[in-house]
Amino acid sequence: MIQLKDLNKYFGDKHVLKNINANFLPGVANLVIGASGGGKSVLVKTMVGLETPSSGSVLFEDRDYNRLEYEEKQVLRREIGMLFQGTALFDSLTVEQNVEFPLLMFSNMTKEERQDRVNNCLSRVNLVNANKKTPAEISGGMKKRVGIARAIALNIKYLFCDEPNSGLDPLTSRVIDALLEDITKEFGITTIINSHDMKTVKEIGEHIVFMHQGEKWWEGSNKDLAEAQKSNKELDAFVKASF
Amino acid sequence: MKIFSEIGRYILFMRFVFKRPDRGRVFWNMLLREMNLIGIDSLIVVILIATITGAVTTIQTASQLASDSGILPPSMFPMAIVGSVVGSSSILELAPTITCLVLAGKIGANIASEIGNMQVSEQIDAYEVMGINSKGFVSLPKVVAGIIMIPCLILVSSFLLILGGLIAAKLTGIMTMDEYVTGLRSSFVPHYAKVLMVKSVVFSFIITSLSCFQGYYTVGGALEVGEAGTKAVTKICVMILLFDLIIAKLLL
Repeated sequence: MIQLKDLNKYFGDKHVLKNINANFLPGVANLVIGASGGGKSVLVKTMVGLETPSSGSVLFEDRDYNRLEYEEKQVLRREIGMLFQGTALFDSLTVEQNVEFPLLMFSNMTKEERQDRVNNCLSRVNLVNANKKTPAEISGGMKKRVGIARAIALNIKYLFCDEPNSGLDPLTSRVIDALLEDITKEFGITTIINSHDMKTVKEIGEHIVFMHQGEKWWEGSNKDLAEAQKSNKELDAFVKASF
Repeated sequence: MKIFSEIGRYILFMRFVFKRPDRGRVFWNMLLREMNLIGIDSLIVVILIATITGAVTTIQTASQLASDSGILPPSMFPMAIVGSVVGSSSILELAPTITCLVLAGKIGANIASEIGNMQVSEQIDAYEVMGINSKGFVSLPKVVAGIIMIPCLILVSSFLLILGGLIAAKLTGIMTMDEYVTGLRSSFVPHYAKVLMVKSVVFSFIITSLSCFQGYYTVGGALEVGEAGTKAVTKICVMILLFDLIIAKLLL
């Protein structure tokens, strides 16, 4: 579980995260939604340690990320996988080398064991016969799947996804959504998805945090969404604008 | 004030660069790749520039000695002086400084653009999220490879500068090879070789570390990646000339 306690973030005078409190449970697809500039990207970056909070805590189980020593942070980060908006695949490496990379860095597996794990991860994301291709040679949807395979190559506990459907056609977007949901349930990991794709929200949004102007404006599930729209005009405006 | 904050940021950056690599085997593979890119891929340009610069220096020095300066008649100057001037200036200045200014353009811009591109495409963030010390991971192999390979290139360059002068002397007939070699031998001071090596190592460190630093802190997109390369080359050239002056003052 990941807990946010009174999380604040300033960039100069600009208050971009305002006193955020939330719990993200394992085995559940947790969605952070909101309009561009609402603070959701900063929130995710602060949670994975790419930004330092101005105040407040990010707790991974009982470990307060910002109170850990550098070496302890490095250990915790090895339990985190992240799918970036632009996939961030290493363009000098092939697909299989990208997936193998975390294993090469942090496991003591033999070459054969690593190869088996790479093939398992790639088949888990339904990507076969692409091992020797470079990121430049595969489609956007395939890149996302390689990104997911790389993120789960180590036995991670936390998965962060920044706009997993950006730049994808609707059909591929649904495939990625289903894949993320399956992986979350199968491995019991805490998954946090930053998205403004309402189809994703409706399909896999078991726990949703709606961000508006740096504040946690609403929290609930996709089942509560329609009801909440009636009393929450910002949420209603966001949902309607997304279709 | 901005320059002090930049220096501070550079020192903090270098502190992370010199942390122990996460995986020795991966570091070793990257080091070999970088040694190839920095050393072997730069060899042709160093050979061309050193040979031509050596020949030009010889021809111009001989031409100046042959012209009537009004101080002494040209016949009073022994042509062996040309070998002496070319030899000393090659070892002390031309080989380390000219070679490194050229390598700043080739290697420095390349490293800054490569790391800058990794930064804007979130590859650096991906390393960080994985728990890898990204500053050290992307920079240390380049810095170490530079410190190993650039001094080797400078040694090749100093040899070729002198050889280029010898070839020019022979082909143009402005002096005999004996005169050139006599001049070279008479002016050789072993201490100059030490100065050459000190300059080589310092300049190598400047080229690789500054370009890594400039690339790592790139923010934006393709335009900023290009700017990072240009800024890196400019800063490296200024720092090489500044440290050239400092080393010359301290060691000569």
